[in-house]
Amino acid sequence: MGPRWTSALLLCLLMVASSLANEAPAHETSASGGNQTSTGHGEAAPITTLPIVTWKWHHVSTPYLVALWILVSWLCKLVIEANHHVTTYIPESALLICLGFLLGGMIWGADKVQTFKLTPTVFFFYLLPQIILDSGYAMPNKLFFTNMGGILIHAIIGTCWNAATLGLSLWGCHKGGAMGDIDIGLLQYLLFGSLLAAVDPVAVIAVFEQVHVNEVLFIMVFGESLLNDGVTVVLFNVFDAFVSLGGGAIDAKEIVKGIISFFVVAFGGSLVGFVFGLLISLLTRCTKNIQIIEPGFIFVLGYLAYLTAEMLSLSAILSVMFCGMCCQKYINSNMDERSVQTVRSALKVFANGSETIIFVFLGISAIDKSIWVWNTGFILLTLFFILVYRFIGVFVLTWMMNRFRLVPISLVDQVIMGYGGLRGAVAYGLAVLLDETRIKEKNLMISTTLIVVYFTVIFQGITMKPLVQWLKVKRAALVELSLIEKVQNKVFDHALIAIEDISGQIGHNYMRDKWRNFEEKWMSWFLLKSSARKKQDRLFNVFHELNLQDAMEYVTEGERRGSLDFIRNENAFVDFKKKFDEDFAEAMPDIMADMIQFDGCNVVFLYRGDPVPSVSLEMHEQNLRGLRQAEEINAHHLLEQHLYKGRKQHRHKFSRSHFSINQDENEVQEIFQRTMRSRLESFKSGKMGVAPPKTITKHTKREQQPKMPNGKNRSYYSGDEDFEFSEGDSASGYDASFPTRVSYRTGAGIENPAFMPDVDPSSPMHIPPWLADAELEVSPVAPSQRAQVRLPWMPGHLHRLSSLRTSPRSGDSVQEGDEQLPPPPPPPPRHDRDDNHL
Amino acid sequence: MGSSSSSLNNVPDGQQLMQETGFSAAHLLRLYERFKFLDKDNRGHLRSEDFEAVPELSENPIGDRIVGAFFLPGQETVDFSSFVRVLAHFRPTEKNRTRAGAQPDPANSRNRKLKFAFRLYDQDRDGKISRIELLQVLREMLGMQVTEEQLQSIADRAIQEADLDKDDAISFDEFRKSLEKVNIDHKMSIRFLE
Repeated sequence: MGPRWTSALLLCLLMVASSLANEAPAHETSASGGNQTSTGHGEAAPITTLPIVTWKWHHVSTPYLVALWILVSWLCKLVIEANHHVTTYIPESALLICLGFLLGGMIWGADKVQTFKLTPTVFFFYLLPQIILDSGYAMPNKLFFTNMGGILIHAIIGTCWNAATLGLSLWGCHKGGAMGDIDIGLLQYLLFGSLLAAVDPVAVIAVFEQVHVNEVLFIMVFGESLLNDGVTVVLFNVFDAFVSLGGGAIDAKEIVKGIISFFVVAFGGSLVGFVFGLLISLLTRCTKNIQIIEPGFIFVLGYLAYLTAEMLSLSAILSVMFCGMCCQKYINSNMDERSVQTVRSALKVFANGSETIIFVFLGISAIDKSIWVWNTGFILLTLFFILVYRFIGVFVLTWMMNRFRLVPISLVDQVIMGYGGLRGAVAYGLAVLLDETRIKEKNLMISTTLIVVYFTVIFQGITMKPLVQWLKVKRAALVELSLIEKVQNKVFDHALIAIEDISGQIGHNYMRDKWRNFEEKWMSWFLLKSSARKKQDRLFNVFHELNLQDAMEYVTEGERRGSLDFIRNENAFVDFKKKFDEDFAEAMPDIMADMIQFDGCNVVFLYRGDPVPSVSLEMHEQNLRGLRQAEEINAHHLLEQHLYKGRKQHRHKFSRSHFSINQDENEVQEIFQRTMRSRLESFKSGKMGVAPPKTITKHTKREQQPKMPNGKNRSYYSGDEDFEFSEGDSASGYDASFPTRVSYRTGAGIENPAFMPDVDPSSPMHIPPWLADAELEVSPVAPSQRAQVRLPWMPGHLHRLSSLRTSPRSGDSVQEGDEQLPPPPPPPPRHDRDDNHL
Repeated sequence: MGSSSSSLNNVPDGQQLMQETGFSAAHLLRLYERFKFLDKDNRGHLRSEDFEAVPELSENPIGDRIVGAFFLPGQETVDFSSFVRVLAHFRPTEKNRTRAGAQPDPANSRNRKLKFAFRLYDQDRDGKISRIELLQVLREMLGMQVTEEQLQSIADRAIQEADLDKDDAISFDEFRKSLEKVNIDHKMSIRFLE
C-alpha cells in the first residue's frame, strides 16, 4: 500500500517537474516578448489592472527545480526502502541507479534531450563535501590509525598502480590494434586510468554497510576509498597538466615536479583539514551561549575547509575528511549533548541525501544519446583490466603488508577487498571534467566510465552479498557493552604498553601511548572545555551508559506491569535483583540529590532508612552536580513523561533562539480551578473538623483516571488511601518526601492527615505557587519573580526549574513532574491571597 | 639464520626456550639483549628495581602489576628463561602453522593469555577476583577523575555482570565467560621485533 502510493506520487511529481521544465523555455520566450503579464514579468509591459495572482514560474524555476529533484530522488529512496524483500538482494545504490534510468527515460521521452545531468560543479561543490565530511566525522579513529599503514599503502600505491597499469595496458592493446581507430595517446590513456583508478567511497559504503563485514576489512576498504579519492583527483590533475603540456614538453624535470606536486597536494590538503578541525574544536569551546546555532559551525567550517583546499588547489576531499576526523572528539565533548545529536543526524541527512541524489543522477545521466560512443574493445578491455589489476594490486600489497601485520589479513578478506573495488560518481565527475579540445575521445571515455560504474555498482554490488556469505567472511560482531569487557580492554592496553616497554619493543602500542600522552597533555588542554575534559574517561562513560540503559529498562518494566507501583513494593523491589538499586537511583537522581540538598528532608530521608544504598545515592548527587546532567535528564524525562499529564498537552511557543515551552494558558486555568475547588473543600472541612467528603475526591479520581496517558499514573490513585504511609520505608523518592509535605501542610493549617495522601498524589489539585502567581499576573509562561524567590523552599526539583527553562526536552517534563510533587509549603501571604481570590 | 643460531649459544637455555615459547632465534637474541640491558649489574637476573628503571613504566597505571607478573610467588628475582616465558604470553597465535614439538597449551594460547590477564587482578592468587581487588585496579586506571563512590558502584556493577554463582567475586571461569566475545589474540599480542 505504502510503496504503491508513494510511487504514484513520485510519478505525479515527475510529470510536474518535467512539464514545468518544458514550460520554462516557453515562458522565457513569452516573457521576453513582454506581452504576458501572467508570467510575472509584468514590469516590462504596463499593466492595465491589478492582477490578483500572477504565474511566476520563471521567477522561481531554478530553486524550484532543484528542490523538486531532491524531493524526487528522496522519494525514490523511499520507494526502494519500502520494498525490503528487494533490498535484501540488490543493494540500494544499484536500485537507485536503475530508478535513475527510468526517470531519465521519462525525461528523454518528454524532452527528446537530456535536460538534467550530473554536472561536475554540482557534484564536487554541492554533493560530495557533506558525504566526505560525514565519513570523516563518523570515522572510527582508533581503528583507522591502527590500520593506517595498510590504508595508506593501498590508497597511494594501490591507486597509482591501478592508474598506471590500466593506462599502459590499454595503450598496449591500442597499439596491438584491439580497439580500432581511435585517437588516444599514451598520456590520455594514463589520464583515463587515473580517473578510473579510485575506489569510490560513496559506492563502497553503500554496499559494505549492508553486508556488515568485520571491522578491519571495513576500515581497510572504507579508509582506502576515502583517501584514494583524494589521490585520484591529484593524479588526475597531474596527468591533465601533462596532457596539456603535450608529450614533447615532458622531461624528467616535469615528472619530478609532478611527483612533488602529488605529495604537496595530498599532504597540504590534509593539513588544511587539520587546521580547520582545530579551528572548529576551538570555536566550540566558546559557543556556550549560542548553543542553538552551535552545530552550524561544523557544517560551515567543514565546507570552508573543502573550499579553501580547493582554492589553494590542494586536495579538497582529504581536507574535509581530516577536518571531520580531527574535530570529532573535541566537538563531541565540547558541545552540548543535543548539539552533538544535531550534528550527527544533520550530517547523516545531508550525506545520505546527497548520496541518493548522486546515484539517481548517475542513472539519469546515462539516458543521453549524445554521450554514447560504443567501442567494444575499449570498453570491455577497460572493465577487464580494472577488475584484474585491482585484484593483483590488492593481493600484492596485502602480501607485503601481512609480513608486518600483527593480525594478517586473510585471503578471504583480500578477495572481498579486491571485489569491493567499486567505482562511482567521482570517476564520472572527473570524466565529465575532461577537456574536449585536448581529448578527442572524451565521449568514449565518459561512456566507458559510466559502464564501469554501472557494472561495478550494480553487478558487483549485487553479487557482493552472496560472495561474502559464500566465502564465510568474518562478519562484524554485534558489540555489546559490558563493564568488565571495557575494564579488561583497558587493562589489555596498558599491559601491552608495559610489555612493550619492558621488552624494549617499539610498536603500535608504544606510538599510541606516546600520542595519547601528548594528546591528553596538550590537545585536550587546548581544545577542550575544562568541564568537558573531565568526562573523557571511556570506562566511566560505559558505566554511565549502562546505567542509563537500565533506567530505561526499568521504566519499560514499569510500563509492562502497568504501574510503577513495584518501586514502592519492597518485595518486588527485592525480586527485581540487586542491580536495580542503582538503576532506581539513576531513574530518580535529582529527586534524591535535591532531597539531600534540602536540609529539612535530609534528616527525614536518612531517618527513613531508604533501601537505596547511599553509595549510588551520593554518586548521583555527584553526577547531578558535575558530570552528566544532560543524560540524567534523559532518563528522568523518560520517567516523568509517564507520570501526570495535564488535560491539554503543552504547546510549543515559537522562538528562533530557544526551544522554550509554553504552558498552555487553558491548562493553567484548569489546574487552577480544580485546585481551588478542592482547596476550598479541604479548607472548609479542616475548619469544621470533619473528614472531607469522600465523594469529592472520588469524583476527581474518576474524572482523571481516563485521562491518564498510561497506566503508570494509577499508582498514585489506586490502592488504599494511605498506602504511602504504610510503605513509608520503600524506595521511592516521592515517598521519601511525604513526611516533609505533611508537616508543611500541617503548618498551613490543614489538620486532617488522613485526607492528605489521597489528595496529594493527585496533586494537580494543589496549585503550585508559581502557577498561582502566573494566574494572577496573567503570565503563565515563566515563574514570576515571586515564585522564583520562593523556589528554594520547595522540595523536589523546583529549584532546577529556572536553570532548565530553556531545555527543550525537559522543560515540559519538569513542569509535569512538579505537579506530581508534593505541594510546597504555602507561606501565609499566599494563603491569604488565595482566599481573596476565591 | 646461521649467524643468529650460532650466537644463540650465548643465550642460556636457548634451544629449549625456543621449543617452549615458540620464539624464533632472532627473537630470543633480541630479548636477551634487552634482558642484559635491563640487568644493569650483570647479575644474570632481574630484580624489581631493574624493571622500575624503565622510565615509561612509571607512567603506566598498572605497570607495577605487570612487573609483579614476572615474579613467581615468593621469588625476588627473574632469570632470563622466566622473563621470556612471561613475554611469550604476548606472542601472537599462529593459526595455520603447527610447529613440531609445540606444546598442547602454549603460552600464547587464548587460555593462557586470559590466565595472565586474570592474574593481574588476582593479586592474592586465590583464584578469584574479589571486589576489593577489582576496586584496586579500577582505582589505578581511572585515577582522580572519578570519586571513590563512583568507583565502588562501578566495581559492584562489573562484578554483578560477571558473577554467575553470586559469590561476589569473579572466578577464572566467570572471567573467561565474560570475555568470550573479546578477541583475546588480537588484544593481547604484540609484535616482537626480529
